[in-house]
Amino acid sequence: MLRIKELVKRYGEEKAVLKNLNLEVPGESVVSIIGASGAGKSTLLRCINRLVEPSSGSIELNGTELTKLEGKALRLARRRIGMVFQGFNLIDRLTVMENVQSGRLGYLPAWRAVTRNYPQEDIDRAFHLMERVGIAHYANKRADELSGGERQRVGVVRALMQEPEILLADEPTASLDPKTSRQIMELLRALASELHLPVLINIHNVNEAKEYTQRIVGMRFGRIIFDGEPTDLNNDAMDEIYAGVPAEERGGAESSTHLREVAAR
Amino acid sequence: MSSTVQTTGRTWKKPPFIANPVLRWGLLIAVVGYVWWAVTSLPFDWERIQDGVPRAIRIFKGAFPPSFIRGELLFDGFMESIKIAIVSTLLGLALSIPIAFASASNIAPKWLYTIGRGFIIVARSFHPVIVAILFVKAVGFGPLAGILTLTIYSIGFVAKMLAERIEEIDWGQVEAVRAAGAPTFVTLLYAVIPQIMPRQIGLSIYQLDSNLRASAIVGIVGAGGIGSTLLNAFGRYDYDFALAITLCIIGVILVSEAISGRIRRNLW
Amino acid sequence: MVATTQPTGPDAIAHREWSRYTSKERWRRYGLMALVALAVVWSLSTINVIWPWLWDAPQQMGDLFGRMFPPSLEGWKDIAWTLLETVNIATIATFFAVFLSLPIALIAAQNTTPNRFTLWLGRFILVSSRSVNTIIWALLFVAVFGPGVLAGILAIIFRSIGFLGKLLGEAIEEIDRAPIEALESVGASRFKILVYGVIPQVMPTFFAVSILRWDINLRESTVLGLVGAGGIGIILQGAIDTFAWQTVATILLAIIGLVIIGEAISAYLRKKVI
Repeated sequence: MLRIKELVKRYGEEKAVLKNLNLEVPGESVVSIIGASGAGKSTLLRCINRLVEPSSGSIELNGTELTKLEGKALRLARRRIGMVFQGFNLIDRLTVMENVQSGRLGYLPAWRAVTRNYPQEDIDRAFHLMERVGIAHYANKRADELSGGERQRVGVVRALMQEPEILLADEPTASLDPKTSRQIMELLRALASELHLPVLINIHNVNEAKEYTQRIVGMRFGRIIFDGEPTDLNNDAMDEIYAGVPAEERGGAESSTHLREVAAR
Repeated sequence: MSSTVQTTGRTWKKPPFIANPVLRWGLLIAVVGYVWWAVTSLPFDWERIQDGVPRAIRIFKGAFPPSFIRGELLFDGFMESIKIAIVSTLLGLALSIPIAFASASNIAPKWLYTIGRGFIIVARSFHPVIVAILFVKAVGFGPLAGILTLTIYSIGFVAKMLAERIEEIDWGQVEAVRAAGAPTFVTLLYAVIPQIMPRQIGLSIYQLDSNLRASAIVGIVGAGGIGSTLLNAFGRYDYDFALAITLCIIGVILVSEAISGRIRRNLW
Repeated sequence: MVATTQPTGPDAIAHREWSRYTSKERWRRYGLMALVALAVVWSLSTINVIWPWLWDAPQQMGDLFGRMFPPSLEGWKDIAWTLLETVNIATIATFFAVFLSLPIALIAAQNTTPNRFTLWLGRFILVSSRSVNTIIWALLFVAVFGPGVLAGILAIIFRSIGFLGKLLGEAIEEIDRAPIEALESVGASRFKILVYGVIPQVMPTFFAVSILRWDINLRESTVLGLVGAGGIGIILQGAIDTFAWQTVATILLAIIGLVIIGEAISAYLRKKVI
């Protein structure tokens, strides 16, 4: 259970990016967060694992207050939170296996990390997960030799290696072509139900959000202005979330999806 | 979560840096063997080295605090270094232009190219200190040997870079001027020089900076400038004066590096 | 400022007034030229040069080269051996300098240094190492440890640390932040982020600058002997002092060969690594 209360984030003296935001994510649900760019989606996600320092408010994960943690306690909390990135954020020059095992860095003793002497159970787990997402045969390839979709699968496996209690995904499909991006969304949904894992996904493609998630949160100017099931997201709600944003940039309009598919071909 | 853990028992090892095991172990053994051989074959004079620590202490005691008493000597030495740097930079720049043209494969005929490149290779192969020794023998101690040395040094670097720039010029501009009926010299002036000028100015400032550095060391073999002053101080065990000189050299080099870096940033 | 005709030579004249530079530009150019001219005049008029020596120089140089010819093969064994020693000095010193420069680069880079004190310490080490020339380091170490190869090796190590550390530190400051962010989000400690995120990214630079410095060190180690710090320079100095010009010629040719071979090897290695 993730519980966010009165979360505020401001950069320097500027206007707050997140304004007294409240959100609860109970276990085992896939939630997507939509909103125009600059609405604060990415900041919200990064506040949860403290890649961005929240200015005030509280974030609680399964009973642990995250905003006050420092040093080792923070690292211990972070390893319970998996994250998948838009740009994959892999270490290009290392092998797929090393990238996957880097998800265990919060658990491993330093000498094992340096010598790449990973415990057998971690290796088993890695192969199992890589088999599950279809990249096990790439274990010894360098990460920069893989295609975008394969790289994102490595990113997902790395996050799952942490045995996380929650998975955060920051625009996981934005750098991928439409076909691959559907595969990744499908994968996230399946893994969430297999592993009984709550998943929070920032996404700009509203169609994908509707199709793959059970709950949609709409953000605008640092506030949540919509929270409901995909069927509740009617045109009025869309207009409110994306007011002033041209239709082709809403990411949900049929025309734009169509265009992207044409471009991908 | 436990449902995902299965004992598959597959092992994994990081793939080695070099795939071929013979090559990998061969290379490792070769490197270790070389280092062992090199370290043991070098003639270390261990007895003399053991004296090092007390000597070092004595030298550092002698060097602190640095002495600026003979400031005039220090100042004269620096002025001489600066003069050597200025004259040799200009001389080197002037001479490097024809040599660069001679060493550009797209402009010079084959025989000239060979001579030009040969000269550049020889000039670049020798550390300025070696060149300085030869000039000291030929023209005697003093700044003249320093000027000649650094002129050669400048040619080695500037002519090489300039020749590379000339080889990259946009040939269309040359054809355009030629098509207008211009003679060879005018073609160079209008179609080639404007293209290489920015590089040449950047190089000249860089070279002035590096000549200033080099002029501090060619003096050590007698070619004038602050290096000679430093060597004398070392020779007479005036470590406090030597430290003062070294500190001033560091200061001047830092300032000149900062200035030349700023000018080149503004130029490019 | 619009050229009305394509000038075909410096004397081409158009009837509309045209000039290459605006008057402000022109004055700045004149000013700069005057400054340069002044600097040269000042240098030449005050420098302590005995001019007749200059007019003599071509003849003296010719004479010198004349006495060098033909290069003598006498004592080539000694030359070959010290040449090898020179290579060893350069290689071993580069080897050690590479290992020593890595931690210094890490503390001198803004994004990996533990705190402000270590940042300034790292920068201080790099600047002092870089601004003292190898020869001056050699003078110091010869004074401390006496003449010999140890002084030479130490001199090259001390000079190389600054060079390697500066370039490596810059590479570290330019690494891609994204993988680091991912490792932070995993809960990795600083040390593990260094091993997994920073070092793999700077590896190519690390090899490239090490090879480059080896090439430079090869050149530098040929002159160490002139201040007594080992290598080919010692027998070069000896030959010059005894006016054995034909041996000097052989040594100079050997140095050219060494430097060219070194350059070829380092070019080959660079291509291999990158």
